[in-house]
Amino acid sequence: MPEAILEVKNLKVHFPTVDGIVKAVDDVSFTLSRGETLGVVGESGSGKSVGFLTIMGLINRRSAHVEGEIIFKGRNLLEVSDEEMRKIRGDQMGMVFQDPMTSLHPMYKVGDQIVEGVRAHRDVDKKEGMELAIEMLRRVGIPKPDQRARQYPHEYSGGMRQRAMIAMALALNPDVLIADEPTTALDVTVQAQILELIDRLKHEFDAAVVIVTHDLGVVAEHCTKIQVMYAGKIIEKGNRRDIYYEARHPYTWGLLQSISRLEAAQDQRLRPIQGLPPSLINVPSGCPFHPRCPHRFDRCPHEYPGLQPPHSDHQDACLLPFDTKKKIFHDEVAVRA
Amino acid sequence: MSTVELSTARTTGKATGEPLVKLVGVKKYFPITQGIILQKKVGQVHAVDDVDLEIYPGETLGVVGETGCGKSTTARLVMKLYDVTEGRVIFNGTDITHLKRRQMAPFRREMQMIFQDPYASLNPRKTIGSIIGEPFRIHKTVSEEKIKSEVQQLMELVGLNPEHYNRYPHEFSGGQRQRIGVARALALRPKLIICDEPVSALDVSIQAQILNLLKDLQNEFKLTYMFIAHDLSVVKHMSDRVAVMYLGKIVEVAPGATLYKYPKHPYSGALLSAIPIADPDLAEKKQRIVLQGDVPSPVDPPSGCRFHPRCPNAQFPRCSDVEPPLAAHRAGQLAACHYPLDDVQVNAVKAE
Amino acid sequence: MGRYIVRRLIYVVAVVLIITLVTFLIFFLMPPGDPALAFAGKAPNPQLLAEIRKNLGLDQPVYVQYGRFVRNLFMGDEYGWPGLGVSYETRTPIVEELFKRVWVTVQLAVGAAIIWLFFGVTIGIISALRRRSFFDRVSMGFALFGVSAPVFWLGLMGLYIFWEKLNVLPGTGFTRFSQNPGEWAEQLLMPWVVLALLFTAVYARMIRGNLIETMSEDYIRTARAKGLPERKVVAKHGLRASLTPVVTMFGMDFGLLLGGAIVTESVFNIPGLGFWLRQALPTDIPVILGITVFAAFAVTFMNLIVDIIYAFLDPRVRYS
Repeated sequence: MPEAILEVKNLKVHFPTVDGIVKAVDDVSFTLSRGETLGVVGESGSGKSVGFLTIMGLINRRSAHVEGEIIFKGRNLLEVSDEEMRKIRGDQMGMVFQDPMTSLHPMYKVGDQIVEGVRAHRDVDKKEGMELAIEMLRRVGIPKPDQRARQYPHEYSGGMRQRAMIAMALALNPDVLIADEPTTALDVTVQAQILELIDRLKHEFDAAVVIVTHDLGVVAEHCTKIQVMYAGKIIEKGNRRDIYYEARHPYTWGLLQSISRLEAAQDQRLRPIQGLPPSLINVPSGCPFHPRCPHRFDRCPHEYPGLQPPHSDHQDACLLPFDTKKKIFHDEVAVRA
Repeated sequence: MSTVELSTARTTGKATGEPLVKLVGVKKYFPITQGIILQKKVGQVHAVDDVDLEIYPGETLGVVGETGCGKSTTARLVMKLYDVTEGRVIFNGTDITHLKRRQMAPFRREMQMIFQDPYASLNPRKTIGSIIGEPFRIHKTVSEEKIKSEVQQLMELVGLNPEHYNRYPHEFSGGQRQRIGVARALALRPKLIICDEPVSALDVSIQAQILNLLKDLQNEFKLTYMFIAHDLSVVKHMSDRVAVMYLGKIVEVAPGATLYKYPKHPYSGALLSAIPIADPDLAEKKQRIVLQGDVPSPVDPPSGCRFHPRCPNAQFPRCSDVEPPLAAHRAGQLAACHYPLDDVQVNAVKAE
Repeated sequence: MGRYIVRRLIYVVAVVLIITLVTFLIFFLMPPGDPALAFAGKAPNPQLLAEIRKNLGLDQPVYVQYGRFVRNLFMGDEYGWPGLGVSYETRTPIVEELFKRVWVTVQLAVGAAIIWLFFGVTIGIISALRRRSFFDRVSMGFALFGVSAPVFWLGLMGLYIFWEKLNVLPGTGFTRFSQNPGEWAEQLLMPWVVLALLFTAVYARMIRGNLIETMSEDYIRTARAKGLPERKVVAKHGLRASLTPVVTMFGMDFGLLLGGAIVTESVFNIPGLGFWLRQALPTDIPVILGITVFAAFAVTFMNLIVDIIYAFLDPRVRYS
């Protein structure tokens, strides 16, 4: 077993609002080890980003009710002081966000923005900081990094800005890199470049990577482990092959089926998941997916099984008998995939 | 386009008969100006540069390309939301390039548009009943007392609950809002619907619902679609023929299956190979053409073939000096490349 | 940049010319009274009036009069540069008087500006960072009061309370700094505060709004994700973006004020431009034109300064 860097146990992040409690993350547990790339898949409103913002300490604890444990290198991040959390953030954990167009400060030079992060954690002068920043820009594949460091974000293209964000997040060689929808705002050809870059840097920096995405394609190529989220819960998790070739949860099937595949025949109909994702305030009883599930039966509105079987690499939270799930997957889902 | 090429473009599937839409040598340059009172032109964005295109009745023509390739501008030129800088736009046999507003009215009825952001394109202060009914009021095709029942029929048709007639756009989810947009576009029973990134703002499971809806409606009403998206797999799923655009030019047009199996232009090949595949084994086997660098500025596009600075096949000086014309390859396939991909190259890229 | 500034200066001149032309036409086409009558003094007779009209050139067509006005403006006249002529009312040269009064208005405007910038910015920032706190609610309540209370009412209330009732501050009037600095300050204090109140309220609200909006930007989240101390996140990333637009607004407001704070100057009897303008209306056309020229110049010139500063503050705005 490789060393677990991050271990999340029974994490709950609830936001009290006038309309009720928003259960953005509801009893989520997982571990992350060095060298792994964890893919977190879910639609908007599945709570997939909130959990990682909580891990980074970027959720305002005054407006959220947070429960559970986030063990990072032996320490529970939910118990450390704000100042200690600040020291970890950006140094041992880095984060890249969805929209590179708005994630860099428009009025400061890109190089300076990287230096600033470095100097928040290390006692280096501006010159040394800038040398590191330029080196990082070079490593993420920005041509003429010494000139580029002196430019402002608006002089960069979208792909270059995302590279700069990655350079910033990796500048201090963190143990964990969290990429929240890192390519959603980018064109396909640029997306391919960025994902390949993250992959390469993961090895160079010996880090663990989390890619949060709604695109099953992205995770298929670049992740070792995958967890599928629905209504604030992990409803299936496993190794990459488990999810694509042995998926057990009807929601995962739905996701796999609703992708329009390039290799599929053109007149084939897509099979979308019916209905809409639930609001996180009014999560359906029992299994949260049951109102949309084509395979639901009498127990579904009343019981939530939790992830089964325990202590397994491949777990899912569906009440259907194991053999039934296997049969449905191979008869209905796999034939199309 | 020469007659030879035209005939090859017609030989496949639904691409027969007289085109519903025909663009001939269409250019759209946006001036970049400077100055406060007296504006001086300092340059121009070559948004669409010499595009020839036909859309045949009943077919779906997909248009793909990256940000800034001119696909949305082309759509707006067809709709005559912009005036062309040069060239001609022909709709259903009539040259509409220089028609005045009043003369355009009957044509406007026949072409409608669906936008990317369903929320931004709906007036938040109007009920969806009045949003969908608006085309009736503008074009006065249905009497005032019949509008409500017409609108409710439309709502039913696109999968909205007709009882929600009096609700406001913010009460609907993204997918439902897109259905509202579809219903509005359908109201006047147009011949042509231009879908500009209709699903890219939606969640995957919802995307599939909308795509299916669009296909059903096309079959039912014999619609012609121009379907614009940056997601090649979505475009391929929807389209009979696909046009690939790069920096204001069409670099390849081909039937969807042909384009997927035998892309000729290296840019089409790169686009195809960049698409993530939701299948780990297939993905691992696949070789990528990873393009270097970014799309150049359309203000000052590269000489010769516009793709040459990023092209893995480029040979100099031909590619940087001579602009390649669209040339015929397989049936219905045209590609503008001096050194098109051969099938061996393509097979290496494809995951087979 | 140099060429840009020259172009903008030409633009300033053009605006000043257009505004004076409009003013000229208004007073020529809709004369509020006979200027010659004002000039003639206590015992006008038709002969004298005709004489005066001839001397002032009032009998000539409008374009000749305007042409002369523009020529004098640029070339100067017998009273100096820029040539603005004499007041019909007092028969004194306008240029000299104008500069004297501008100087008084500047003292009023600068003092008020210091007060409103200090309090507006401070209150705005604290309110934004402590949203919905007691401080925020109280100061936004005050801001509502500040934007709604008319300046003349505030001025009169101030005079009533601090002069009439409490007698802690002197009443209306103006003392020159060189005469008695203490009295100068005492006398200007109330006008400063009254004038600043409205602006403080507007600025506090605007800065609060800007900062709240900025603090929810993605790049603020990035700054936090880098592990910057919160103090730095606010001071460097939040304020930089939220205060930059304030520069524009301040430039415009200050330029406008230089053209004369009519109400404040009138309530407190301060002999600045605004006070003078009120006296000159409606017949003393040379004075009105002189003040108009200056006010138009002040606003457009401040605008230019603001745009130049903005180019340095916001790298996305670059002029060639």
